Amino acid sequence: MSAEAAYKKIFGFPESLKDNPTHYCPGCGHSIAHRLVAECLDEMNLREETIGVPPVGCAVLAYNYFNFDMVEAPHGRALAVATGIKRVHPDKLVLTYQGDGDLAAIGTAETIHAANRGERISTIFINNAIYGMTGGQMAPTTTLGQNATTTPGGRDQRLHGNPIDISQMLAVSNGVVYVERCALTTIKQINRAKKAIKKSFRCQLDDLGFSLVELLSPCPTNWKISPKDAWKWVNEEMVKTYPLGVIKDITGYEDKK
Amino acid sequence: MITRTTFAGFGGQGVLLMGYILSHGAMHKGLNITYFPSYGAEMRGGTANCTVTVSDKKIASPVASNPDVLVAMNGPSLDKFEPTIIKGGLIFLNASLIPEAPSRTDVEYIQVPIVELAKEVGNARGANMVMIGTVCAKTGILSLEETIKGMQAAMKGKDKFFGANEKAIERGFAFAKDGR
Amino acid sequence: MPSEKMLMNGSHVVAEAAVRAGCRYYFGYPITPQNELPEYLSARMPEIGGTFIQGESEIASINMVLGASVAGGRAMTSSSSPGVSLKQEGISYMAGMELPGVIINMMRGGPGLGNIAPSAADYFQATRGGGHGDYRTPVLAPGGSQELADLTFVAFDIADKYRTPVMLLGDGLMGQVMEPVVFPDFINLEDLPKKDWILDGCKGREPRALFSLLLGQDGQLYKHNLHLQEKYDQITANELRWETKTQDEDEMIIVAYGTAARIAESAIEELRAEGLNVGLFRPITLWPYPMAALRELASKVSKVAVFELSMGQMVEDVVLSVGDRAEIHFYGLPGGIIPTPADVADFLRSASRGDGKVGRRIDV
Ligand SMILES: Cc1ncc(C[n+]2csc(CCOP(=O)(O)OP(=O)(O)O)c2C)c(N)n1
Ligand code: SF4
Ligand SMILES: [Mg+2]
Repeated sequence: MSAEAAYKKIFGFPESLKDNPTHYCPGCGHSIAHRLVAECLDEMNLREETIGVPPVGCAVLAYNYFNFDMVEAPHGRALAVATGIKRVHPDKLVLTYQGDGDLAAIGTAETIHAANRGERISTIFINNAIYGMTGGQMAPTTTLGQNATTTPGGRDQRLHGNPIDISQMLAVSNGVVYVERCALTTIKQINRAKKAIKKSFRCQLDDLGFSLVELLSPCPTNWKISPKDAWKWVNEEMVKTYPLGVIKDITGYEDKK
Repeated sequence: MITRTTFAGFGGQGVLLMGYILSHGAMHKGLNITYFPSYGAEMRGGTANCTVTVSDKKIASPVASNPDVLVAMNGPSLDKFEPTIIKGGLIFLNASLIPEAPSRTDVEYIQVPIVELAKEVGNARGANMVMIGTVCAKTGILSLEETIKGMQAAMKGKDKFFGANEKAIERGFAFAKDGR
Repeated sequence: MPSEKMLMNGSHVVAEAAVRAGCRYYFGYPITPQNELPEYLSARMPEIGGTFIQGESEIASINMVLGASVAGGRAMTSSSSPGVSLKQEGISYMAGMELPGVIINMMRGGPGLGNIAPSAADYFQATRGGGHGDYRTPVLAPGGSQELADLTFVAFDIADKYRTPVMLLGDGLMGQVMEPVVFPDFINLEDLPKKDWILDGCKGREPRALFSLLLGQDGQLYKHNLHLQEKYDQITANELRWETKTQDEDEMIIVAYGTAARIAESAIEELRAEGLNVGLFRPITLWPYPMAALRELASKVSKVAVFELSMGQMVEDVVLSVGDRAEIHFYGLPGGIIPTPADVADFLRSASRGDGKVGRRIDV
């Protein structure tokens, strides 16, 4: 038996990622999410068939890392831009990768309407409950009591409103076929997230409708805690406001356990 | 009189705080000042710098073409700003971190072993305080009392650090005087 | 009483000045390099019984301003270039409905996201209306922190007096620079002239309605635009502001506003020592533009130099003002870098020699 046959490659650098040093902070969820998206595209052999739309947010430079076609959208407008792309290229995989401010504050209208039209698009939604890029202001998803630079003393329901569960809201729409929320902070959840991303891509390829995977993601820098504590906070606190699991699934796919 | 000082180093070395201290001290003394920090993307890279202009006249530009004084807290900052300093200017070096021999002959270098001096007065985290002490003393912009006042104003509400910081600033002044 | 001398960054200065000028309603959406402004007000407004809301977008924020204004409050929003683009729709409606309000733009480099370094590339947008329709927005361009404070007061006063949105046009550098500032005293809200057009419930009076849709067959929109123009003429007659720093021996003047003017002023100081005498003309209102004052000054020198943190926007107003009364030289730097006085000094030397090495001559 040749050496090549004897050894099976089980781990390597995904082709869908560029080997560039990342600008993400240590302990940030974005890097993990990037890796997962890239692995899924590789494994489904989709890299050359994919067009991605990154957000305005910490992931605005995602095109430096993702090794496929990408176009920047104005803040919040990713799903409108993606809609345009998808209508020109219905046979390509079109994905948006958006933060909570981008997707659920300034881009709420674009998000809801793209989903409600049932655009065949996959959205990777990075919920870190904060505005990372601009330095820690309140996000629509900031949890009650959580400190942000524009919620001195913690988010107060009366003054600053409630954390928004946009995934639940989207699930109501008939255009939406699959929504799942995972976390990026345990091995089990990371594996779960990868399955969810693949499933979302499959929905699109099978022409079923809109799908979204929400990923609870730590932002140690703007939560002003250590990476370790940030991961713990996701697992112990953030999940109380944003419970993990499948929120909607009318794909009819049988999940291979 | 007008003195433009650029402070530069890693984020976390208290670079901007040195600028605040000088600014507050000079303002209390009745001088005009402008304080201009680096901001945003530049700071993500882990470096920080600010330029403080002090004058007894109205200050026009907060941006300086060629600062009179550089306070370099690390090697990259020295490399970046050393060439911009005016002929005859002063360059303060964090000698605890920058081993390089000075490369210009038309400026004066003052190498301050700030970490060692700070430890000596029992304030291991006060290296920047030692530095601002030496800078104020050497340039003559602020007296010891004025520098301490500046520190207290710049760190308003953090009174518990005042005592230790005063010692470190005094140490910086002493170093400026005796060279050790 | 005016405040003690306080050391604050420019964004905080505007925020505190707004509070003292009677602003009790702030609505904004985060964007660098002006986040310190909303962050400051998120803590300050509750202290004084005011309202701070981080809107879900700039579009929402400007429309919250519209609402607070129609209800009679002194209201403000702030942003930086990309966000101000989104506010233009609301500003156009406010102009149409004659609603006061203050918009702060701490400009950054563009187009698109550009970057967060200081820039002054939104001059056209600010002074030419910005949104759709036949309207003007008074634009104030502070030259430093003290003026940031003083002109914030002026902005609210002009807004109320003429029932118009007013823009304060700063840049990223101004928002970050710290300088000692003395704040004017708090105004007394009770002392402000009563507004007889606001919506506060029609008890004891006929119901009011404010709108910009003017379908009337009797030339309703036409008349409204003439009325707006009359108001803009009044603003032009009453509110022009500028600063000059000149001497009799000046052979040239440089025209610059905001941060560019400060850099130019330092360059001028440098050049006087060399024997090159250059005066400064600094417009403070960008609309209305102090054309007559500039024209008069230009007729006393042989050359007018223009320096901008853009590739050439205000220079068009200089051309309109000066015509062929003097040679016009232009030097512009795109956003993304911070020029130094030495750069401007090089330009002025070159303009003086007329060798075209730095900047370019504008053919009128
Ligand atoms: C029109 C406009 N408004 C505001 C901004 C400033 N801005 C950049 S990113 C961002 C929000 C980032 O938060 P989020 O979407 O949650 O992404 P994160 O950085 O947390 O991943 C904002 C407000 C902008 N670029 N454009
Ligand atoms: S600021 Fe937060 S979201 Fe942005 S890269 Fe750093 S950790 Fe990640
Ligand atoms: Mg976020």
